[in-house]
Amino acid sequence: MRIRVDPDKCTGHARCYGLAPELFDVDDYGLSSVVGGGAVPVELEDKARLAIANCPEYAIEELPD
Amino acid sequence: MANTTPVEHWDTDFDIMNPAYVADPFSIWDELRKTCPVAHTDRRGSTWLPTRYQDVVDLAHDVEHFSSAEITVIPFEGEVPEDPVLPYGVPPISADPPLHTWTRRLLLPWFSHRRVASYEATTRELCIKLVDGFIYSGTADAAGDYAQQIPVRVIAGILGVPAELSDTFTGWVRDVLEFADDPELRLRGMEGLITFFIEEVGRRKTQPGEDLLSYLLHSEVDGLPVEESVVLGVAALVLIAGVDTTWSAIGSSLWHLATHPEDRDRLIAEPDAMPLAIEELLRAYSPVTMARLVTEDVVFEGCPMRAGDKVLMNFPGANRDPEAFEDADRVILDRALNRHVAFGSGIHRCAGSNLARMELKVALEEWLRRIPTFRLAEGDEVTWAGGQVRGPRHVPVVFP
Repeated sequence: MRIRVDPDKCTGHARCYGLAPELFDVDDYGLSSVVGGGAVPVELEDKARLAIANCPEYAIEELPD
Repeated sequence: MANTTPVEHWDTDFDIMNPAYVADPFSIWDELRKTCPVAHTDRRGSTWLPTRYQDVVDLAHDVEHFSSAEITVIPFEGEVPEDPVLPYGVPPISADPPLHTWTRRLLLPWFSHRRVASYEATTRELCIKLVDGFIYSGTADAAGDYAQQIPVRVIAGILGVPAELSDTFTGWVRDVLEFADDPELRLRGMEGLITFFIEEVGRRKTQPGEDLLSYLLHSEVDGLPVEESVVLGVAALVLIAGVDTTWSAIGSSLWHLATHPEDRDRLIAEPDAMPLAIEELLRAYSPVTMARLVTEDVVFEGCPMRAGDKVLMNFPGANRDPEAFEDADRVILDRALNRHVAFGSGIHRCAGSNLARMELKVALEEWLRRIPTFRLAEGDEVTWAGGQVRGPRHVPVVFP
């Protein structure tokens, strides 16, 4: 599974970081980004889906394989 | 108490200051969503009230038609001075791009995740001290003695102004927000606040500290110092927005836990449930409803909105929309699908959201750790404040 954060949609709610700090980082302005190039370890896939489902700006997407 | 006359038709004549709305806006929104999802009123000027999640989000994202130039719904009654102290209002919340963009950029690092983490220890100490103050009496006002006391002191620390003045700050903020219906009180609050900040800013010109106020004053944007009136506006915003809102969220959450022992017991038994629970409490009891100003005639969802109308950004109502949330009127502490917009949506996402979350979490943790069993006191009434920030002002509880 691979994910990305759309920087044009992210407004810094930081829900993804709160739910899955292993997968996301946030900068000083609240903008989220994926860590490790967006590759999601198998054991964190549920967390990644939780983050996707909770972003109020629909800014996180799963990339096709 | 707000000046208000009875409402017969909520779809064409709603009133957010009406006691029925303040006490229970939820059933009014539920009804409107079914019959007239974007309601209207001519009270206090032509104003629209959307109640559906998608509508509120769409409105928040259309910053061209819906400006933040006026965010309060009650018009200011009085003469606008020729040379106002705050010609730019209280940016970034009351600004559109580009002023919004650069003032927000100045502010955000002070409320980043990392920075907020550094405020947590003092927030916890503060909560512990507050609980110390009433725990042996077996009774407390969870709103007045606890919730109300927390955010104002944390914000004072960030701004670098004396926490001992917290009650004064709270008074000004209530004048501005809660009693906005009374032009005299509103003016009194704003004048008190601005006079205070002018003095504080003056001192920092020659003696800057490590605080937010000093930082704003000595910042440069595009090689130019930030105008003092902008510094004053941002400082006023930080105090106003940082006090009433989070205090309301903490108070509502404690009220919920006092009246829902099963949720309270669950949070004590499963501390890991706290992060999702915080989001759910924020969803169910979102305090803040800012307004937008319609910039040009536009038809929205069939409603003919005119330039100069206002639109209430009903984020609390959006968060109760059954189209967006299953069992929207139920608090489900571990709700897994929760795209709530308690902190707004789009470019005006609450700049202090990380701080608010931390304060709410620490406040609940410290209360529950020391006072695991509590309930509403019998015969003593819970009171709510409404308008554009909703939360309880009096939550008498007992913990014998």
